[in-house]
Amino acid sequence: MIVAQDPTLQDFGHDPWWLIIAKIVAIFVFGLVMTLLGVWFERRVVARMAVRPGLNQAGPFGLLQTLADGLKGAFKEDIMPRTADKVVFFFAPTIAVICGFTALSVIPFGPMVSIFGHKTALQVTDVPVSVLLVFACSGMAVYGIVLGGWASGSTYPLLGGLRSSAQMISYEVSMGLSIVAVFMTAGSASTSQIVAAQRSGQPISFFGLDLTAPGWYAILLIPSFLIFCIAAVGETNRAPFDLPEAESELVAGYMTEYSSLKFLLFMMSEYVAMVGMSAMVTTLFLGGWRAPAPITTFWAGANSGWWPLLWITAKIVIMLFVFVWLRATLPRMRYDTFMRLGWRVLLPINLVWILVLAAIKVLREDVDSTSRNLILAGAIVAALLAALLWPSKKKPPAPTLEELAKSRPAGSFPLPPMDLQVPPSPRARRAVAEREPANVGAAPEGEQE
Amino acid sequence: MSLSPYVPIIGMFALAAGFAVMSVAIAPFLGPRRFNKAKLAAYECGIEPSPEPIGGGRVPVKFYLTAMLFIVFDIEIIFLYPWAVSFDSLGLFGFVEMLLFIGTVFIAYAYVWRRGGLDWD
Repeated sequence: MIVAQDPTLQDFGHDPWWLIIAKIVAIFVFGLVMTLLGVWFERRVVARMAVRPGLNQAGPFGLLQTLADGLKGAFKEDIMPRTADKVVFFFAPTIAVICGFTALSVIPFGPMVSIFGHKTALQVTDVPVSVLLVFACSGMAVYGIVLGGWASGSTYPLLGGLRSSAQMISYEVSMGLSIVAVFMTAGSASTSQIVAAQRSGQPISFFGLDLTAPGWYAILLIPSFLIFCIAAVGETNRAPFDLPEAESELVAGYMTEYSSLKFLLFMMSEYVAMVGMSAMVTTLFLGGWRAPAPITTFWAGANSGWWPLLWITAKIVIMLFVFVWLRATLPRMRYDTFMRLGWRVLLPINLVWILVLAAIKVLREDVDSTSRNLILAGAIVAALLAALLWPSKKKPPAPTLEELAKSRPAGSFPLPPMDLQVPPSPRARRAVAEREPANVGAAPEGEQE
Repeated sequence: MSLSPYVPIIGMFALAAGFAVMSVAIAPFLGPRRFNKAKLAAYECGIEPSPEPIGGGRVPVKFYLTAMLFIVFDIEIIFLYPWAVSFDSLGLFGFVEMLLFIGTVFIAYAYVWRRGGLDWD
C-alpha cells in the first residue's frame, strides 16, 4: 500500500530557487485560470438555474467568453473622474488583487512529490502561522475596496466602500472565531498540519459501540463549519450579502467610477477571493487535498503522487458551485438584518461553542471520572436552573378589534360596521354573464354523441 | 528558526504586485482617449453631481462604532489563537483562564448590546 507522505513544517524552506519560482508561477496561473473559468462557470450555472441557455457563443460551451470580455475591457477608455484622488484611485484595485493572490500561497495542494529529483510538497510554502496570513490578506483586501470607494470622489462609491468595510470587518470577527475551534482540534495553525490532522478520525467508544469519528472538521466541528461558510460569503461580498454593490441602491458600489483594466482588476479580485475562500474551506474543514472516504477504501493510491490536485480542485469547484447556488437562490439581505446576523447571532454562538468545545476536551483529558460526573451534573443543573429562571418578557394580550376601535382619538373617520357585507360589483357580474362558457377539456364538436 | 519558508510568500506578493501594477499602468495607453467634461464628472445617474467637500466629507459615526467593536473582538481573537494552538498542553488551567477572559469580554458585549451599539437602521 502506498502511504501518502504528509509534509511537516521542516519540509518547507529547503526548495531551490527555480522550484520556488515554478511553484509561484503555477499557483498564479492556477488563480488566473480559476478566475476565467469561475466567471464562465458562474454565468453558465446561474443561466441554467434561471432556465436560460447561458454562454454558448465564444468557443466550445462559451468557454472563451471571459477571455473575450477581458480583452475587450482592456481596450476600453480608462476614465478617472476629475474629483478623484489620483494616486489612491490608481493603486486601490491593485491592493485587492495582490491580497487575493498572496493568500493562495499557503494553500496545500498535495503531499510530498518528487520534481526533477527534489522531494517537495505541492504547496508554495507553509509557516506556523499560515492561517493567520490568509486571514491578514482577506483583512487587507478591505483597503482596496474602501480606498477605491473613497478615492473616486463620488457619492455612490463612497457609500459602497463604507458599507463594504463595515460588512467585511463584521464578518471577519465571525470568521476568525470559527477558526479557533479548528486550531484547538488540530493543535496547529499551519495549513499542511491542519490537513494532516484531518487524515483519519479518532476511535471513540459510545455506549459500548466502537466507532471511528469522522476526520473532516466539517462533521466534527459543524457549528464552526457553518459559521465559517456564512462568514466567507460575507467576506467576499457575494450574494446574498452583496450589499456593497447593490445595483438598485448604489449602482455598482465602490467600482462605479472604475473602467477598463482597473474595473477588471476589481472583478478579478472578487473571483480570486472566492477561489481562496473555497480553498480555505476545503483546507480547514473538508480534508484538504485528501480524497473523500469512499474513494480511499477501494483505491489506496488516491492520496499519493499528483492525484490530490484533482481532489482539491474538485472540492474548490464544489464550493464555488455553492457560492453560485446561493446567488441564484437567495435575495439580497437588508443592511440592518445583515449586520444583526453577524454581531448578534454568529458572534455569541461562536463564543459559546468555543467554550463548550474546550470544556468537552478538558473533561475528556484532564479530569478523572468522578469529578467529571460531578461537573456534568452541575452543568446540567445550572442549565436547567437558567432555563427555569430566565426572565421572560410576557407579551400583553393582543387587543381585540372593538378595543382598537374604541382607542382611536376623537375626531377620527367613522368606521364601517364590523359585519358589513359588500355586494359584488354590478360591472363584474355583467362581465361574467356575457362571457362564453369555458370549453376546455370537452370533446371537440362533431364527435359528441 | 530560519526565515526561508517566508520567502515564497514575498515572491507570490511580488508576482501579484507586478501583474496588478502593470495592468493599471498600461490601461491608459490601450484604450481610446477622448475625454470631455461630462465624462470626467462623478457619476450620479445623469444629474449634476452633488459637490463634495475636500477629503471625502463626513462619515456617519455608526461606522466608526463598528470599527471600534471590530478592534475589540479582533484583539480577543488574537488572544484566542495561541491559546487554541497550544490547548492540549495547557489543560485545565488554560481553560479556566480563558473562561475568565471570554467572560470579561462577554460582559462588555452584553453592555454594548444593551446600550444599543448593535442596532443598525
